[in-house]
Amino acid sequence: MFVGAVFFPLLGACVSGFLGRWLGDRVAMWSTVFFMALAAICGLLAFWQVALGGQPQTVVLFTWMQVGELSFSWSLRYDTLAAIMVGMVTLISTLIHLYSIGYMSHDATPSRFFAYLSLFTFMMLMLVTADNLVQLFFGWEGVGLASYLLIGYWYEKDSANAAAMKAFIVNRVGDVFFMLGMALTFFTFGSLEFDAIFGAVQNHVNDVFLGIPSLELIGVLLFLGACGKSAQLGLHTWLPDAMEGPTPVSALIHAATMVTAGVFLICRMSPVMEFAPVALAIVTVVGASTALFAATIGCVQNDIKRIIAYSTCSQLGYMFFAAGVGLYQAAMFHLFTHAFFKALLFLGAGSVIHAMSDEQDIRKMGGIWKKIPVTYAVMWIGSLALAGIPFFAGYYSKDAILEGAVAAGTGVGMYAFVCGAVAAFLTAFYSWRLLILTFHGKPRADHHTMEHVHESPLVMLVPLLLLAVGAITTGFVFAPYFIGDAATAFWNGAIYNLPAKDMMEALHHAPHWVPTLAKTVAISGILLAILIYGFLPHIPGRVAAAAPGPYRFLLNKWYFDELYDRIFVQPARRLAVQLWQVGDARIIDGMPNGAAALAAGASRGTVRLQTGKVASYAFAMIIGLVVFVTLFLTGR
Amino acid sequence: MNAAGFPILSLVTFLPLLGVLVILTVRGEEAVVASNARWTALWTSLVTFALSLVLWFQFDRNSPDFQFVERLEWLPDYGVSYMMGVDGVSVLFVLLSTALTPLCILASWESVQNRVREYMIAFLVLETMMVGMFCALDFMLFYIFFEAVLIPMFLIIGVWGGARRVYAAYKFFLYTFLGSVLMLLAIIAIWYQSGTTSIPEIYEFDIPFAMQVWIFLAFFASFAVKVPMWPVHTWLPDAHVEAPTAGSVILAGVLLKMGAYGFLRFSLPMLPDASQYFAPMIYVLSVVAVVYTSLVALAQQDMKKLIAYSSVAHMGIVTLGIFTFNQQGIEGALFTMLAHGVVSGALFLCVGVLYDREHTREIARYGGVAKIMPAYALVFMLFTMASVALPGTAGFPGEFLVIVGAWAVNPWVALGAATGMVLGACYMLRLYRGVAFGRITREDLKRLLDLSPREYTTFAPLIVLTLWMGVYPQSFLSFFSATVAQMVAQHQAAISAASRFAGL
Repeated sequence: MFVGAVFFPLLGACVSGFLGRWLGDRVAMWSTVFFMALAAICGLLAFWQVALGGQPQTVVLFTWMQVGELSFSWSLRYDTLAAIMVGMVTLISTLIHLYSIGYMSHDATPSRFFAYLSLFTFMMLMLVTADNLVQLFFGWEGVGLASYLLIGYWYEKDSANAAAMKAFIVNRVGDVFFMLGMALTFFTFGSLEFDAIFGAVQNHVNDVFLGIPSLELIGVLLFLGACGKSAQLGLHTWLPDAMEGPTPVSALIHAATMVTAGVFLICRMSPVMEFAPVALAIVTVVGASTALFAATIGCVQNDIKRIIAYSTCSQLGYMFFAAGVGLYQAAMFHLFTHAFFKALLFLGAGSVIHAMSDEQDIRKMGGIWKKIPVTYAVMWIGSLALAGIPFFAGYYSKDAILEGAVAAGTGVGMYAFVCGAVAAFLTAFYSWRLLILTFHGKPRADHHTMEHVHESPLVMLVPLLLLAVGAITTGFVFAPYFIGDAATAFWNGAIYNLPAKDMMEALHHAPHWVPTLAKTVAISGILLAILIYGFLPHIPGRVAAAAPGPYRFLLNKWYFDELYDRIFVQPARRLAVQLWQVGDARIIDGMPNGAAALAAGASRGTVRLQTGKVASYAFAMIIGLVVFVTLFLTGR
Repeated sequence: MNAAGFPILSLVTFLPLLGVLVILTVRGEEAVVASNARWTALWTSLVTFALSLVLWFQFDRNSPDFQFVERLEWLPDYGVSYMMGVDGVSVLFVLLSTALTPLCILASWESVQNRVREYMIAFLVLETMMVGMFCALDFMLFYIFFEAVLIPMFLIIGVWGGARRVYAAYKFFLYTFLGSVLMLLAIIAIWYQSGTTSIPEIYEFDIPFAMQVWIFLAFFASFAVKVPMWPVHTWLPDAHVEAPTAGSVILAGVLLKMGAYGFLRFSLPMLPDASQYFAPMIYVLSVVAVVYTSLVALAQQDMKKLIAYSSVAHMGIVTLGIFTFNQQGIEGALFTMLAHGVVSGALFLCVGVLYDREHTREIARYGGVAKIMPAYALVFMLFTMASVALPGTAGFPGEFLVIVGAWAVNPWVALGAATGMVLGACYMLRLYRGVAFGRITREDLKRLLDLSPREYTTFAPLIVLTLWMGVYPQSFLSFFSATVAQMVAQHQAAISAASRFAGL
């Protein structure tokens, strides 16, 4: 069961990828769904047994590397943290596989798509069940590869290729720090296995490396790695571009699972992070800033998928600052609920795009809610959950995070709270901006497109409805386990909190005005959006015209892409050409080639001496003789 | 005599020469001769490989000593003998050489059409020389093999190469030969001091520090060119570009390993103090190699040149790992050497596949190949990922271990080496995107055929090896462990002895 949950997707990927051409597309597609369903059954059973039943377990497969004292194995670690992820990933991945059958039905090579999708799921499962940092890194890079392949799935599109490369390379920048974090971890602890690290943390609290406490440095390096994968401020630029991939990919990888790997890493490393207060403060500040920053951009984007992508970026910021203030449980809870409602939103957006004949610009939509009522309903549910409206899933987790930020009682906690509250307002605002522009108002698409607007087939609607159920129920069903009364038994030691700052306890004593405020900003955001876009549609244009500077600043995503292009990409390209043509060709090759030319010249000169005339030889001989004899005589 | 019961190393070394004799005796029409030469070469190299597998199974992985040792007196008055043997450092390189040769012969099956007989002879002689070099336990013997490798390679580039083949061949020969002359001087100096050329005996001999420095520099001149290290790397791209596909494969796969092998076999154990003394210089050169050549690779328009520059970057990781003097670093370096032998060899084969069809290596001439050659695209993707050291492929364990090892010595050096991860991804993905992705714009590309059965056969073992080395590297690492552990221990003992001496 434990092995099956991880390896069935790999089997599915191999069947579809290698045998797809012989099996035919339909068989290949359904075979991956079949294997995913098996994995999901295993995964949910594992969740039941490990998380709810309280029986953690580690399955060791075989040794990976053993070099000196550095030794680690391929193994599957099932504790509560892993079990949550396994259950969630397998379930959502199965639903998205199912949805893709409908969504990709007109594609030329669906077996390739499903192979990638299953491969991704396998890598993600390897990541979350890792028992050491290196296997985690294996999954980490593996999901990066799958993401690269899927973003560039339509490889004939130039923009898709560019986006895929960008995703891989920006992720690699983060991975460099992850790698160095691993090196320092090994240097400090002499091991990369979690149990050995966590057991020895107490002995290394006072270690110093390069004048910095080791644990702090490990925390910062790993967090920088997490920034790459989880698209935090500075390394976020790849995520919006990643929307070039097919929509199910955006739902699975760039919303529900892969991008949350960074949050998972921080939670996994909680026994180390707890002893690194400065690193945690950095996590908090970066997370909070990302939450706000991405939300501001989300308000002005026009591509339906990009809006949701920035929303993902922003929600990931919430998770990070929750972990940063020490509330890993809430971070994981938000990760869990977010997976459901964000996958729902993306798949809903996919359904809209499908209905609108591949149109993604919300300015060209509108007035379609009667034609696609189910999609409309689930988008509402997803948005309500995202905005944190009471009794929907997002409400419980987001509330806990905001309360925790206040309860932490620190300066950075307060900063996080302020950013989080403003971001919550903006989140509600852009969600309803999207809903209204997409579904309401006068139709802005051309007549031809409007005639073709149709509800998606059943194979797409079933996953949507199931996810909608998740977006409604996961909040109140699981709140007691994740952050409520049953939390201690549920987590079962998978997450470590310093006894000195018991955040779970502090959470219950957060001031009462916090949840009230959270609800207020969310609802006012919704009302403002409805008011502006529903009833006063000329206002946004006027606001944009009145403040063109800020508007363009937001529309161009704070000019991050341009900045990076100027300071990294262009100089690197120029330097590369310079090094090649000047450094290699002219200087390094110039020397031996010059020496060769010199030698050739000298020998040509020598050749000229050999004229072959006896007279000149004799003359030279006599001269020489005279010189020698003179020297001989005078010298004596 | 030894664990195998017969002189296996000599047999593996000289068996290819038997094939050469057979090929030489063949007479008849040109087509018949060519076909016979191909088959004879293939079978000879396969038998050699099968024989060398004995080493895989019978090598005692727990012993750090030389195994399968053979010794015959040669010039007893001068202390020179014919001595062969392998330890954990060299045994896998013997196997790498014997494994790559049949693949090279397969890869040249159709692409080489003129002077087939001479070509096959050159390859078999090359195999003898490579294997002999890794097995030699006597300095003179080593030097002979080390130099003799140049001759068949020089011919392979110079006769069967591309348009600028003569320039490239001369450059290759002169660069590597210049260093070797200095090495010969160093060898004579050591012999003069110790009175023997037997490598295990010299290991026991202490060379004074001042002498170590000079000998180190002489060795360095030779090995640094072979590796190649920055800034003496420029012969490599030219040699690669002009060499035929199989020549590139063997050049990248085995010949580049000779320099790094030399460092491990001679510099480190014989000259511990000088190695320690010069280590910072090596770090700097290695990091420069990684960053500089990665950037240069980024600007290349020629597929082979790009991969050649990436080789220099990978070899920077190797030299860095060797001079960390710790278990992780050295084992990482050894593993990177093996992995690079497999992966970059395979990448050159990938280029060769396209070159055979289109007769150009310019990236811009391709695009959208994934559409018409899906199997090829998959294979190419695997090796691209292995080259950027994706975990689970052969490239990762080595790079990871070197970075971990380097961190213990100097974190900034580790950071420099790790930037190669980003730049490596940049140039390899750029290459892959340019070749495989995009829309097909040229008509002639639409007629390309996917991999032929012969090409599948060539790639299959490399694919298996790449995944095997990534998922279960332990079966390779276990060969190194004992030898490297002893090497590290002896190095530390020598250094601490020297520093105690200095303290007095």
